[in-house]
Amino acid sequence: MIDVRGATKRYGEKVALDDVTFSVQPGIVTGFVGPNGAGKSTLMRLVIGLDAPSSGTVTVNGRAYRDHAAPLHEVGALLEASAIHPGRSAVSHLLALAQTHGIARARVDDVIDIVGLRDVANRRVGTFSLGMFQRLGIAAALLGDPATLVLDEPSNGLDPEGILWIRTLLKGLAAEGRTVFVSSHHMSEMAITADHLIVIGRGHLIADTSVADFVRQASSKIVRVRTPDASRLTTALAADGVSVGHDGGIDVLEVSGLSAEQVGQAAFANQILLYELTPEQASLEEAFMHMTREAVEFQGSAAGSDRAEPGASQ
Amino acid sequence: MSTTGVPAFSAAHPATGRVTQLGVVRSEWTKLWSLRSTRWTLLVAVIAMAGIGIIISAVQMSHWSQMSAGDRASFNPVDVSLGGWNLAQLAIGVLGVLVISGEYSTGSILSTFAAVPRRLPVLWGKAGVFAVVTFCLMLPSAFVAFFASQAILTDHHVQTSLGAPNVARAVIGAALFLAVIGLLGLALGALVRNTAGGIAAFAGLMYVLPGLNALLPASWGNAISPYLPLSAGSAIMAIRPDPSSLSPWAGFAVFCGYTAVLGALAAYLLIRRDT
Repeated sequence: MIDVRGATKRYGEKVALDDVTFSVQPGIVTGFVGPNGAGKSTLMRLVIGLDAPSSGTVTVNGRAYRDHAAPLHEVGALLEASAIHPGRSAVSHLLALAQTHGIARARVDDVIDIVGLRDVANRRVGTFSLGMFQRLGIAAALLGDPATLVLDEPSNGLDPEGILWIRTLLKGLAAEGRTVFVSSHHMSEMAITADHLIVIGRGHLIADTSVADFVRQASSKIVRVRTPDASRLTTALAADGVSVGHDGGIDVLEVSGLSAEQVGQAAFANQILLYELTPEQASLEEAFMHMTREAVEFQGSAAGSDRAEPGASQ
Repeated sequence: MSTTGVPAFSAAHPATGRVTQLGVVRSEWTKLWSLRSTRWTLLVAVIAMAGIGIIISAVQMSHWSQMSAGDRASFNPVDVSLGGWNLAQLAIGVLGVLVISGEYSTGSILSTFAAVPRRLPVLWGKAGVFAVVTFCLMLPSAFVAFFASQAILTDHHVQTSLGAPNVARAVIGAALFLAVIGLLGLALGALVRNTAGGIAAFAGLMYVLPGLNALLPASWGNAISPYLPLSAGSAIMAIRPDPSSLSPWAGFAVFCGYTAVLGALAAYLLIRRDT
């Protein structure tokens, strides 16, 4: 359980996060989405105490991350996968992390097997591919068998097989009752993986919603109808809250305010022949961009922050 | 890489434990020795400390017959044998900077601080491990340099012994001085968080300040000189009393003081700054 209360983070003049409040629940995968530079990585850095919020609080299981006696047991984090000394082997990197908590060497071997890096475990990580870095980062996150996972773009750089593996892994971790908080800028990937979504744009919380609700909202209310009797159908559908427009040819109508079922019933009752009756689905990607664009327009220049992920500034 | 099968997250071995200073020390020990660059740099320091004095002793003996009476009179068998510290200090100081600046430049400081979010145990762990490793490598190196050199210096009967006044203090002091030099590098690396900047700061304090001091009016320069880091710290290796420098232990204490102040500042900023 991650609890973010009024978190604001300024880097000099730039406002990376502005009064963000939400919580992340255990037992489900929570997707954290927003365009690049929205503040996703900044928020994740606040969760594990790498940066301190300018105001507000961020707690994990009831207390600030740094106040936990065994932080790796509370939160496993993957922030920047390639942020590992290139001269060290995967085993040495994980062993050094494990030793801080007195975690047994055998656990290091366990997590190496979980992520499938056994064959390269003793190789210098400087030779790793991006996908291998991601796997090593996930191994590090799992090391302490944590109740909460915070993963920044974990499927970045993975091949399709790896992306499927991540998806299965995250769902499995959530099914065990863990809190899984995972960022992505691929809305379609999140729609498959996540149960809940936190959407941010320009440092502002835009949506805190279930994926099902988001998909429902994303589905446009428009029904596309093709009929040789367009004018009679237009009359038959006329009602408050219903608008009928033409699109393309004279025989194509775009109906909003009614479901495909309602349009079909009206046509049937009036014995109007239909050639086509299609509920038009906006893609999640479109809905997401629409939503974040609105937020940007709404904010205008007030936030005025183009700040990219904080890692870029170092 | 195998990617199939149901992942067993909480596999056979439980991951229980908590952050302890001892655990962080073990972690830092692993980090220090798991890098090839660290092992090479320490090897260079050992070879320099143990070997250079031997070479200089051999050179001195081969030229002894051509040396002036004055040179022979001022010949210092301890200085000659411990001459390797001049190179060892550079290797140790730079490695001290790298022990922490390397974590910032590679980004591994993120994992380090995620594991130990209170951060200070990391600084103490690095300092403890690096100082002890340096001392434990430099002490035998200094003794090897001393005994081998004295054996060579018997050619012209100008050798000394460990039992002679101040000699044991100078030999052990060389190892102590080098260990604190490592800590000074570490403190500077933690302050600057950048390898090039840390090494520049180290070189500036140790080697540039004396040059600048020499440009000051003589009365100022002579007053300041004993307190410069290098001359203060190296006083611990002096055999003959030198009126232009601090006494051996006072000088060493001043050098430790500088290091402690920089270390305290680094510790303060470590917990205050964002990563």
